[in-house]
Amino acid sequence: MSTSSVLYDAPGPRAKRLDKILNVTFSAVFLGAIALGIYAANSRGVFDDRWSVLWSPPKGQTAADVWYSLLVRGLGATLLAAAIAAPIALILGGFLAIVRRGLTSRVLASSATVLTELFRGLPVLLLMFLAKLVFGWSFLASVVFGLVIYNLAVVAEILRAGLAALPSGQREAGLSIGLSTMRTTLSIELPQAIRIMLPALISQIVVLLKDTSIGYIIGYEELLRTIKLNHAYFGDRFLLPLFLAGATIYILINISVSRLATYIERRLRERGSGQPPLPMELGPEGPIPQSGIGGPARTEGAHAGDPLFGHRQHLEGESARATPTKKKHGGDAPE
Amino acid sequence: MQTLIDNFGLIWDGFLATLTVAAIAGAFALVWGAVLAAFRVSPVGPLRTFGTLYVEIVRNTPLTLMFFFLIFVIPSFGIVFPELGLWPSAVALGLYTSSFVCESLRSGINSVGLGQAEAARSIGFTFSQTLGNIVLPQAWRTAIPPLISVLIALTKNTSVAAGFAYTELTATSQKLINAFPADGLFTFFGIGLFYLAITVPLGILAGQIEKRVVFAR
Repeated sequence: MSTSSVLYDAPGPRAKRLDKILNVTFSAVFLGAIALGIYAANSRGVFDDRWSVLWSPPKGQTAADVWYSLLVRGLGATLLAAAIAAPIALILGGFLAIVRRGLTSRVLASSATVLTELFRGLPVLLLMFLAKLVFGWSFLASVVFGLVIYNLAVVAEILRAGLAALPSGQREAGLSIGLSTMRTTLSIELPQAIRIMLPALISQIVVLLKDTSIGYIIGYEELLRTIKLNHAYFGDRFLLPLFLAGATIYILINISVSRLATYIERRLRERGSGQPPLPMELGPEGPIPQSGIGGPARTEGAHAGDPLFGHRQHLEGESARATPTKKKHGGDAPE
Repeated sequence: MQTLIDNFGLIWDGFLATLTVAAIAGAFALVWGAVLAAFRVSPVGPLRTFGTLYVEIVRNTPLTLMFFFLIFVIPSFGIVFPELGLWPSAVALGLYTSSFVCESLRSGINSVGLGQAEAARSIGFTFSQTLGNIVLPQAWRTAIPPLISVLIALTKNTSVAAGFAYTELTATSQKLINAFPADGLFTFFGIGLFYLAITVPLGILAGQIEKRVVFAR
């Protein structure tokens, strides 16, 4: 388990008893709360025929009509806005981050900084109002505008953090082989920054997807608005099932995209994103007495025990820490 | 420009309304978020489950949906806010933001070195002693910059309340732009400045604290 299990000891007999009591108590409290909620809902007639709106709706509509409006028109519009806004925000945000990092011109770089700060500090809804009311754009264009302006600033900021987190040797190496700062940023730093910031970028896509629902306020016909329209058509009683259906759609989509981010994060960590690949053994096989003055004795291989290139030793040292029996094997690797 | 000067009183009222709802929701979210974070690291299974479920659901729900839920859906359960405006908005923002507060605090707790908790346990501290005396005081320091980011996001999120009958800055801007369309761009920038007046200092503060925490480690 994670660190949380370090916070408390493996339970003994007394703690186990206490645990059991607490478990039962809190389970009872939660079940009680849920039961109370259901009872209250039931006494207000929530569990009557109103749920039938999801499969055989009144007013001569078919279930297909309802789901068509929810899934195709509503969810379709939500996803359309997100699908247009996300690539534009990623490209423009990447562009801004590159300008900030790769240009030696102070004026351009700092104006990119100001732009990021400005866009990041304004509410998305205000930006949508700007496009809708001042520029007079269409609903879709206004929603996309608000989403793009805000998210490009956030993407730029994420990439900036990624670029700053790289070891400075990467940039120095690029510059020292004669690449320009822009070339260094583009072909050496940016690919690595995107890689380590991929989880954060995907999380930002979830935020963008969620923010499409702000379009509801300016009147864009997305999922929430279609729920409201269906509610207006069928009447007040049917709001609850319609809302729950819509909320479930939102939550399922967002959780699955979030899961993707977690999955990629774990994969990056497990595949050793930070670890450089093992160097090839160039020297002669077999033991070499000493790696240098005062250095640790080599055990095997050309790079064994080498403080700079002894990655294999280093890795073994790490696994040795997990399993103490192997300690002798890689114990002399430098930490 | 003239619109801004003539209606400065209106805009100022909107600014105060934004600050009020942000302050109430922020205080609520900090308290409830800290409770949720404690739930999520606690040894009691049901509490952990509740914390995880709450955070997973609320974090993946759009804020607009939360407002919609509190204002339009909750009445079918018999809970009606006496009036629209400040309180429903503060509750919606607080419930929504608390999940992010919880996650920042939890990441702060995770950032505390394993050895700290192990040391506390090895000298016989209980769970609450370990958490209260050793882990949380250190977790706070790491958690403060992301918490400030959460508060900045909260300030900007108050604008969603404009869509649900609360007259704050964004609602004021909508009114003014509709009334004086020729001055729209100026009104937008004027209102934007008020938001930046809240968010930019907070962002600078977060940056400063982050630098100090980095050196302290």
